[in-house]
Amino acid sequence: MGKHVLLIEDEPNIIEAIQFILSRDGWRVSTHTDGADAAAVVRQMAPDVVVLDVMLPGRSGFEILQELRGDAATRTLPILMLTAKSQGRDREMAERYGASQFMTKPFANTEILASVRALGGF
Amino acid sequence: MRRGRALFLERRGYRLRRLMDAARLLPVLGVFLFMLPILWGPQATGARSTAVDGVYLFLVWPVLIVLAYLISRRLAPVTEEAGDAWDEGGAGR
Amino acid sequence: MIPFKLLVLACLGYVLLLFIVAFVVEQRAAQGGIKWLRSPLVYTLSLSIYCTAWTFYGAVGYAARSGLEFATIYLGPTLMFIGWWWLLRKLVRIGKTQRVTSIADLISARYGKSNLLGVMVTLLAVVSATPYIALQLQSVTLSFGVFAQGAPNDWKPDSGQTAIWVAIGLAMFTILFGTRNLDANEQHQGVVTAIAVEAMVKLVALLTVGVFVVWVVADGPADIIAKVNVSSLSGWRLQPGRWAGLTFLSAAAVVSLPRMFQVMVVENVSERHLATAAWAFPLYLFAMSLFVVPIAVVGLEVLPKGSNPDLFVLTLPLALHHGSLAMLAFLGGFSSATSMVIVAAIALSTMVSNHIVMPFWLKVGTRQATVAGDVRQIVLVSRRISIAGVLALGYGYYRVTGGGEALAAIGLISFVGAAQVLPAMLGGIFWRGGTRTGAVAGLGIGFAVWLYTLFLPSFGATGLMPEHVMQAGPFGIGWLRPHAMFGIEEADPLLHALFWSMTLNTLAFCTVSLASFPDPVERLQSAQFVNAFEQGPGARGWSHGLAEAEDMLVMSQRILGPEAAQSFFAAQARAQGMAGLLPDTTPQFIDQLERRLSGSVGAATAHAMIAQIVGGAAVSVEDLMAVANETAQIMEYSNQLEAKSEELTRTARALREANGKLTQLSDQKDAFLSQISHELRTPMTSIRAFSEILMEGGMTEEQELKYAGIIHDETIRLTRLLDDLLDLSVLENGQVTLSEVDVDLRDLIDRALMAAGPGAMAVERDDSTETVVVRTDSDRLSQVFINLVTNARKYCDAAKPKLRIEVRVRGGQVDVDFIDNGRGIPKESQAIIFEKFARLTDQARAGGAGLGLAICREIMANLGGSIAYLPGQGGAAFRVSFPRRIARAA
Repeated sequence: MGKHVLLIEDEPNIIEAIQFILSRDGWRVSTHTDGADAAAVVRQMAPDVVVLDVMLPGRSGFEILQELRGDAATRTLPILMLTAKSQGRDREMAERYGASQFMTKPFANTEILASVRALGGF
Repeated sequence: MRRGRALFLERRGYRLRRLMDAARLLPVLGVFLFMLPILWGPQATGARSTAVDGVYLFLVWPVLIVLAYLISRRLAPVTEEAGDAWDEGGAGR
Repeated sequence: MIPFKLLVLACLGYVLLLFIVAFVVEQRAAQGGIKWLRSPLVYTLSLSIYCTAWTFYGAVGYAARSGLEFATIYLGPTLMFIGWWWLLRKLVRIGKTQRVTSIADLISARYGKSNLLGVMVTLLAVVSATPYIALQLQSVTLSFGVFAQGAPNDWKPDSGQTAIWVAIGLAMFTILFGTRNLDANEQHQGVVTAIAVEAMVKLVALLTVGVFVVWVVADGPADIIAKVNVSSLSGWRLQPGRWAGLTFLSAAAVVSLPRMFQVMVVENVSERHLATAAWAFPLYLFAMSLFVVPIAVVGLEVLPKGSNPDLFVLTLPLALHHGSLAMLAFLGGFSSATSMVIVAAIALSTMVSNHIVMPFWLKVGTRQATVAGDVRQIVLVSRRISIAGVLALGYGYYRVTGGGEALAAIGLISFVGAAQVLPAMLGGIFWRGGTRTGAVAGLGIGFAVWLYTLFLPSFGATGLMPEHVMQAGPFGIGWLRPHAMFGIEEADPLLHALFWSMTLNTLAFCTVSLASFPDPVERLQSAQFVNAFEQGPGARGWSHGLAEAEDMLVMSQRILGPEAAQSFFAAQARAQGMAGLLPDTTPQFIDQLERRLSGSVGAATAHAMIAQIVGGAAVSVEDLMAVANETAQIMEYSNQLEAKSEELTRTARALREANGKLTQLSDQKDAFLSQISHELRTPMTSIRAFSEILMEGGMTEEQELKYAGIIHDETIRLTRLLDDLLDLSVLENGQVTLSEVDVDLRDLIDRALMAAGPGAMAVERDDSTETVVVRTDSDRLSQVFINLVTNARKYCDAAKPKLRIEVRVRGGQVDVDFIDNGRGIPKESQAIIFEKFARLTDQARAGGAGLGLAICREIMANLGGSIAYLPGQGGAAFRVSFPRRIARAA
């Protein structure tokens, strides 16, 4: 069985697309749509890679990132941040809070696949 | 304030001061002239010449009046200054 | 010979003239246009009340009896006036600055506003003036008698009638013009002008008689001198004591007689007038006395032996059959008498009412005193009664003594009485050490000695002074005999009385003053009086020596702070070449200190503060006024400052707000762009991902269909977003074109419900209320309705969702409420729901871009209405309000 990726995203169509792309590559994809308990879900599932959207209902992706990086168990967890906002500010924030990688929507399918693979150690 | 700077009063101020002195001295002169008849004439009998005394008196008198006129005419502006300023409560200046 | 009736007529006519003069002047004065009347000339002439009937008629008699001694009565005042710079100027200045109303007021004010002194001076004045008034009445009666009988020294008993009529007439005149109003400074212009007219009359009368005597009766001055030398006057005896004593006495009297004080100080309007009077009044006296000796000599020569020389002025023209000249002389004498009585009555009544009646009345009727209007009236009434009383006293005195010789001497006796005020007056304005107790003692002793040695004995053997006292002294104490005090025998009684009264008076005043201690008011007043010229704007500057440098330092430290004050004082001391902290209090130093202090507290306050310490001045009204003015200015200035700072605060607040708005706008713009970016990129992400997936191929048909459907949905979402954005942009910029139509509200709601599509939601409506025709843009309004219905459908989370639509018409306003039965919107979110992209719940369910309510708000604004969230309706509730007939502002 392949490595485990957790996708935290609230747009159903985007979830569907990413799920399709990654599972076709052999990833085990879990999804979560709510920001509020996302960090707990991450700790509980302990995935190999997390794909985290910034704009989430309940809690911002940056806050979740900050919490995860503050926790020893998830400090080194590879996390790919996704954002639909164009401003460079989001990229800065992502870097400061310790995102492994940052990606702006819309993205090429190969792009996200390559990133997740790289983060997953392939 | 001029008095803080100038060693001497200027001429006009000096004149004014002496004029005030004159105004103060004039009654002294008056007393002297009016009392002078006491000193002359026969003391013992007291018989005097009324005519001479009268002419003296009525000559000395106008002299004093003229002197008083000359002095007060020039002192009047000084009093006016002070008096009027006071009358108007100093508001006009 | 002039008929007696004509004389009476002329007399009445003359009095009428005086009435008219006084009346016209008072009228003009009320109108304020009488500058020329307040001239030095009028002032000088008014001073001529010094020359009463006693001098008008009596001087000639005096000369006939005692030669040139009569002149002393004029020499004293001459000396006093040519020496005006010493005393009169100061009296006038003090009279003005202290608003002195009478000589009693002056003494009272100087010694701590003591009413005891006021009463004493008033009593003294009344006692000494009453015989003098009687003397005037007598002279008028005598002169009438001359005409009535054609023979001097002989008048009928009914001449008492004359006296009483004269007294009544004078009382009326005085009351009429002397108590017309209560001037602030007690000036009576009508009276003063009438007095000036009288002065002219008596001068002209005496000069005319004199010229007549010298050049008509005699052959000019040389002839007169010749006549003098052969007359009984030729060998007059100059008694040095009387000569000097009477000169002194008349000099004292001219400043201390109440009536003289009245015209000289109280009625004075300008110090400049005094400068003129300084030479003009001596000139008047000179003119009045110039022809006295000639008239006396010629009278003695022409008139039969035994003729009363006191009436030569009148009898000489009569004897020489110059009736009109005699008439003029009579009027001159009449003028002299009346003017004296009028002014004396005014002066005395002021004193009596101010120092006796008013204090008494205030003490008795304390409650009434609080009524301001009443007091004025009371004062006027008391003055009037006082005038009548003074004249009644004079008349009574005249009747009681029966006139005659007793009165003839009263002139000088009266002078001695009045002169008793002199020590207290001079001591008061030249010596700060004079105290109230000293003044009381001096006045009391002087008054008593005068009464005892001169006034009471003057009534003669039948009078008030028992004969045995005169002869042997009281209780047989020889050295206390009235005319031989302390063993001084054979002295002239008048001189004796003058000497002892003035000596004891002055002695008592000085000794008691030295021994007693003044109260604070006295000290204040003494400073004000003695340093009259050092105060006021006219004579600013500080007198030296009085101020204590230490006191100044203490005060300065309070104002400037210890360090600054000490360094200032040290610098000043150094500049004076002194070591230490305390410089000499030179005028320069005080001036500089004042300037320095004024920098901190303002000029007026500084002046007032220094004034307090210098002691040369108490705080004057002007100072206080200036303080008040400055304070007012400061207050105004600080008000302006306050207003300005308020304005600044307002501006700053406005700026802050504007800045906040700008920042907010900028933030909103950023947020908006960010949101748009997000809203655009999200569907694009799906579209791109699935189109790539589809492009790769290898899907099942089912999958392909599904993904193509997603792409389709997302493009629709994109289109709708773009539509909304454009719509909003148009609405926000007010570029929207409204198509106004009349539409039934019920139809509009139907359409909206239909457009929103069918749903599980029940809709509750009331048809009856919905039947309202409105004129508006029906498409836009229904867009709002649709949005609200859609939102309700989307977000109402009740088990059995229900939407209630309520229509209410209030005036020209229509309210449409959309209320569902869901959870509603939390309070904290209610404020932001109308903002762009303010989506509350997750996007999945919303489906829109979050611009709906923002668009609704813009639409309603464009329709002249509004949309608002209604809290507390049991669910989400929105109220749409709009005018029945749209009235768009241009």
